[in-house]
Amino acid sequence: MRVMAQMSMVMNLDKCIGCHTCTVTCKQVWTNRPGTEYVYFNNVETKPGIGYPKRYEDQEQWHGGWTLDGKGRLQLKAGGRLKKLLSIFYNPDLPSIDDYGDPWTYNYQKLIDAPLGSPNPSAHSLSALTGKGMNMQWGGNWEDDLAGAPERAMEDPNFRGMQDKVKLDFEQVFMFYLPRICEHCLNPSCVSSCPSGAMYKREEDGIVLVDQDRCRGWRFCVSGCPYKKVYFNHRTGKAEKCTFCFPRIEAGQPTICSETCVGRLRYLGLVLYDADKVLEAASTEDEKDLYEAQLSVFLDPFDPEVQAAAERDGIPTDWMDAARRSPVYELAVRHKVALPLHPEYRTLPMVWYIPPLSPVSDVVQAAGYDDVDPDTVFHTIDDLRIPLEYLANLFTAGKVDTVRTVLRKLAVVRSIQRATQLGLEPKDNLPETVGASLDDLDDLYRLLAIAKYEDRYVVPMAHVEDAGALAAQHEQLFCSLDTEGGPGMGGTGPDVESFHPGSAPGGSHQFRDDGGRQRFNLFGWNGEGSTPNLFPDGGQRP
Amino acid sequence: MSGSSVGEIMWWVALPYLAIAIFIVGHIWRWRYDQFGWTSRSTQLQERKLLKWGAPLFHYGTFAAIGGHVIGVLIPESFTRWLGIPENVYRWFSAAAGTVAAVLVIGGIVVLAGRRLLVPRVRATTDQVDKVVLLLLLIVVLTGIAPTIGVNLFGHGYDYRTTVALWFRGLFVGQPNVQAMATAPLIYQIHATAAWVIWGFWPFSRLVHAWSYPLWYLWRPYVVYRSRTATAPSEPGTGGRKWRKIGSPY
Repeated sequence: MRVMAQMSMVMNLDKCIGCHTCTVTCKQVWTNRPGTEYVYFNNVETKPGIGYPKRYEDQEQWHGGWTLDGKGRLQLKAGGRLKKLLSIFYNPDLPSIDDYGDPWTYNYQKLIDAPLGSPNPSAHSLSALTGKGMNMQWGGNWEDDLAGAPERAMEDPNFRGMQDKVKLDFEQVFMFYLPRICEHCLNPSCVSSCPSGAMYKREEDGIVLVDQDRCRGWRFCVSGCPYKKVYFNHRTGKAEKCTFCFPRIEAGQPTICSETCVGRLRYLGLVLYDADKVLEAASTEDEKDLYEAQLSVFLDPFDPEVQAAAERDGIPTDWMDAARRSPVYELAVRHKVALPLHPEYRTLPMVWYIPPLSPVSDVVQAAGYDDVDPDTVFHTIDDLRIPLEYLANLFTAGKVDTVRTVLRKLAVVRSIQRATQLGLEPKDNLPETVGASLDDLDDLYRLLAIAKYEDRYVVPMAHVEDAGALAAQHEQLFCSLDTEGGPGMGGTGPDVESFHPGSAPGGSHQFRDDGGRQRFNLFGWNGEGSTPNLFPDGGQRP
Repeated sequence: MSGSSVGEIMWWVALPYLAIAIFIVGHIWRWRYDQFGWTSRSTQLQERKLLKWGAPLFHYGTFAAIGGHVIGVLIPESFTRWLGIPENVYRWFSAAAGTVAAVLVIGGIVVLAGRRLLVPRVRATTDQVDKVVLLLLLIVVLTGIAPTIGVNLFGHGYDYRTTVALWFRGLFVGQPNVQAMATAPLIYQIHATAAWVIWGFWPFSRLVHAWSYPLWYLWRPYVVYRSRTATAPSEPGTGGRKWRKIGSPY
């Protein structure tokens, strides 16, 4: 047993309203730079839809992820190492910018410079690649809320095997949102595809990163990732990807997408896993067993044997404590209501999804819906508007039973809460039918519905004794992110030392701006206490 | 070196050594100060249809051409004689193989240069040093192909192994035969000069990616783990990374 810790995320799709706040804040923090205009480390897709980039989920087309060879050994779907080196001058599996969408801006200057006249000036779109005029054809969010669905949605690869059953007529149409970030896989195919060895998985928390100084722009990581969550910065010629906001995680804070999520649907926590079992799990023969296989690599942080092994492998005790309180462990491993996205890619992805319940498609049946009776609760699960097969193709490699079990459990949590609220008497066997105790379901209710901040985000800080090495970075004349085109973009960011919410509200959050004015730093404010200098003194408008 | 004019010595001795010096010092500087800029700067994201043909043609053709130079220039004529390869066999082999390599390279460079000049998305990423290197490459390739096809395949042949090669090898042992080069046909002289200038530009252009061909990928384990522990900080001054403007300010 080799115990490793993995920082991971659960997203509760039931709560996603598709507002794109996560996308916007992520974009502002990480990819608001030349060269990454088309890059969304976090994006929210409307499903069904072909996604961003186009049809990325179809690995027969893009050859991302892993597959099993004739002898059942795991190998990269795009081919072996030699084949990669020989095709290094032209990567046959790389999406083009048009698959993501040619990034554009608008010629706003024209609105200001236009001469007086009767026709209103309009701001034409300009390509960020060439600076020349262009017509938009596609973009990361082109399909929002089923836009264009009549033409394209049936090309969604998740409809495989159910094309003739599904109709997207107005009255039968369904949709839900799927926010996506990098999966920070246990068996990352991007890292394995990188010929330079520039990509790596961090030993401490499993975050997958690109070493910008070692990347040589061979771009196999981009095509190797089946989720297409590694991007090529067209200006620097280097790969970039979701960082799991590691500077925030190291400071014990949630990622920016989680922090700003309006629906509060994201959960962050540690999961312990046995690194020696990863290869075996990823090589599971039947892809429908991959979800179970992935669960089998996780370790129980309450098990004394695991605790001893973790101590031996250098997992700090406060991290063990965080692993025991981890909402991800609760949702994905203990309650088994969160599922991995496309386990059939064999990367063992570590961003998990609680599948969405949806309205019952048959209105007549819904009228006679009695949700204290398990028979009707379960019957309606099969009549949900979002077809179970579709969810199964997304989350369990097509194994419908697993999705049905999860949705039943979620429905039972609701039924019991509803019964409690209305003073009804639920059928005694309701919890048992989903293999849970009343306490389990109560825990689930608290985690999913109450969803306190401190229960959603259990992020242990990076260790201070390790930070001696990190300090070497701080002693540089500049921040490593703070370069032209880098995420810091030359600005002076908030003071890292006072970057912990809850510490001395207001007190340490004062800083002087370039003009010498005293200001209040909202970044570090915990929402309590006063906010001196947040607003300028009145009466002195320029 | 006796009997050579100052100009000849400057051209055929000083220039090559200067180029070699810039090449070595330039690479050390670039490696230490600009790891971040050390990349192939692929434009496949922007354009793939032409690259699909141009890039493999050019690169594999170039490998063949480099191999030809190793055989023809670095390996002395006496060695192939000693192996028992007759002169005319060698000549026909070099002319035929050289022609194949030349066709590959010229095909590739036409596609790549055309793409770089004519496709707006690619053109926008083109640096000034890219243009210089591309021009030099064109000169080197054209002046390399012309004698290969015109003289060695269809013409009477020119035994560069007893002239140009002697001068070239002499540079590396400190005894360049200037007269051998100074009396060589003009086209070989242009070829050699442009090639030296390329060596001088090499460390400052995207050509550095050639040294990063990731051969060790064949042996390394698939998944790379690294500790969060920071490595030695990079040297001050490396933050001044300069990139060209592409398109509009965004």
